[in-house]
Amino acid sequence: MRFARFAARRLAEMAATLLAASFVIFGAMYLAPGDPASFLLSGRSATPDAIKAINEQYHLNDPFAVQYLRWLGQVLQGDFGRSIEYRTSVSNLLAARLPTTLLLVAMALVLVMAAGLALGWIGAVRGGATDSTILVTTTVAVGTPSFVAAVLLQGLFAVKLHWFPSGGTGTGLLDTLWHLTLPAVALALYLIGMLARVTRSAMLEALGHEHVTVARSRGVPERSVILRHVFRNSLGTVLTMGGLIVSTLLICTVLVESAFSVDGIGQLLDLSTTTKDFPVVQAVSLIIVGLFMTVNLAVDLLHPLVDPRVTLGERRSAA
Amino acid sequence: MTTATLIRRRPGLAGIRTDRSWLFRICLGFVALLVLLAIVAPWIAPHDPNAVDLGSALAGPSGAHPAGVDASGRDTLSRLLVGARTSLLGPLGVVVFSTVAGVAVGLAAGWRGGWLDSLLSRGTELVFAFPGMLLAILIVSVYGPGLTAPVLALGVAYLPYVSRLTRSLVLAERERPYVEAYRVQGHSGLQISLRHVLPNIAPVVLAQSTINFGYALIDLAGLSFLGLGVPPLTPDWGRMVFDGESAIQSGYPLSAILPCLAIVMTVVAFNVVGERWADQVARRDR
Repeated sequence: MRFARFAARRLAEMAATLLAASFVIFGAMYLAPGDPASFLLSGRSATPDAIKAINEQYHLNDPFAVQYLRWLGQVLQGDFGRSIEYRTSVSNLLAARLPTTLLLVAMALVLVMAAGLALGWIGAVRGGATDSTILVTTTVAVGTPSFVAAVLLQGLFAVKLHWFPSGGTGTGLLDTLWHLTLPAVALALYLIGMLARVTRSAMLEALGHEHVTVARSRGVPERSVILRHVFRNSLGTVLTMGGLIVSTLLICTVLVESAFSVDGIGQLLDLSTTTKDFPVVQAVSLIIVGLFMTVNLAVDLLHPLVDPRVTLGERRSAA
Repeated sequence: MTTATLIRRRPGLAGIRTDRSWLFRICLGFVALLVLLAIVAPWIAPHDPNAVDLGSALAGPSGAHPAGVDASGRDTLSRLLVGARTSLLGPLGVVVFSTVAGVAVGLAAGWRGGWLDSLLSRGTELVFAFPGMLLAILIVSVYGPGLTAPVLALGVAYLPYVSRLTRSLVLAERERPYVEAYRVQGHSGLQISLRHVLPNIAPVVLAQSTINFGYALIDLAGLSFLGLGVPPLTPDWGRMVFDGESAIQSGYPLSAILPCLAIVMTVVAFNVVGERWADQVARRDR
């Protein structure tokens, strides 16, 4: 069966890339000036006892390959080591913070999909002044970094108008959603512009095809021509952006969560980079890379189902 | 066909400057003005960008301080002008590194093919899995804050975009008859690829690099916003946004809004210019 064989091959490729990525993330520690023990302890009391303890904890006296394989084995069992700054296991830190970030990313993703597709659709179908307005707006949106959007939204809607809280995460589901609204908008803004532009040009391309003219001449209602023959046709292109969208959302949580002091893994990455808490940096990096690759794999597998013209393993137009 | 028309028909750099769109012209003018201001900034800045005058902290625009004063009592206009230097030099480093290295890699992969090509596409796939910001943060967490390490990290992260584009362009260009003609005349592969193929694909690559400049500016400003980029006292737009956040909280948004505007306008200008160049090259090739 072709699909199963393709899926297995892509899965193996993904595992290989993930392995290489984990090697980079682990090996980065050895790029640091000085020996790993003092790097891991940097800024903290480096008494002989502490150095001895850290050498034993990380098995720093073993050969590099042995260290890497031991670390990899622990990671595969969900053990990312202990945080030097927080003095607790990294897995506990992540477990407490990951749900917030995933909720934030999910909210932003919903916004991106809804607003991006709608704006692209309206721009392509309406044309004229509406299209120009959307084009100018999305051009500005694409040039607005998430942290700029975060600071401006905070200044306007939290400090000046008091519509939303200016930071924090809140307690309970409703309160959390309330606190995460502005961060989600800040996170989504750039990608809404990006997706709207891609959707618009993909739909304009589909509008020019002969099958659209044929459908219209046969008296198919315009709504259904747009929905079933134009929009449906452009979905494949939109889908290829899925990996990019998710990875951009994940990495931008670092900026947005710091701006709004949301205690998710993005803020954790920022804090642990500043305090040189390397085991935490490693864990968050691995999670971001792993999530990005999972989404990309899903896109590759789904693409032929959404767009039957695509044969397995080939992308018609890379975003 | 005379030699003159042959030369003009060759897709060179001259063709990408002739355009009539007003938006494109405004953006190109803005970029030129910005570069000029960044170069002469130390001489035209009204104050020392780091001079602290706590007495007039958070003051609005006045004769002495045309753009107001930030929360630490530093002149916002001077910081914007001098900050333009770091904010533009960083992305320039990223773009120059990624373009030179990316073209070399892409040219080698597209021209030679074989094991070299598959090795390079494996490497490309790996770098694609790391968003540029993540790679930069990983490097900063090892080396500590500074501008050099993030610029190198982003240069590596942007390299695959350039090399993949170059590779596909070279693959298409290799099939064109003029390459075969030079080969028959006894030119070496290295000479053909460097002297004839490279100039032909340069406009597309440079248009892509112009767009990359905007993205690199966003990433580097973001790192400075987190305090992981430029050193604390260096004026930088991303850092100014961070400093301005506290001014916003106390109800004086001006010192945050101005650097935000500077970043957005610069990125939009570079995007518009780059996309217009890319469009023009695409139209000419058709």
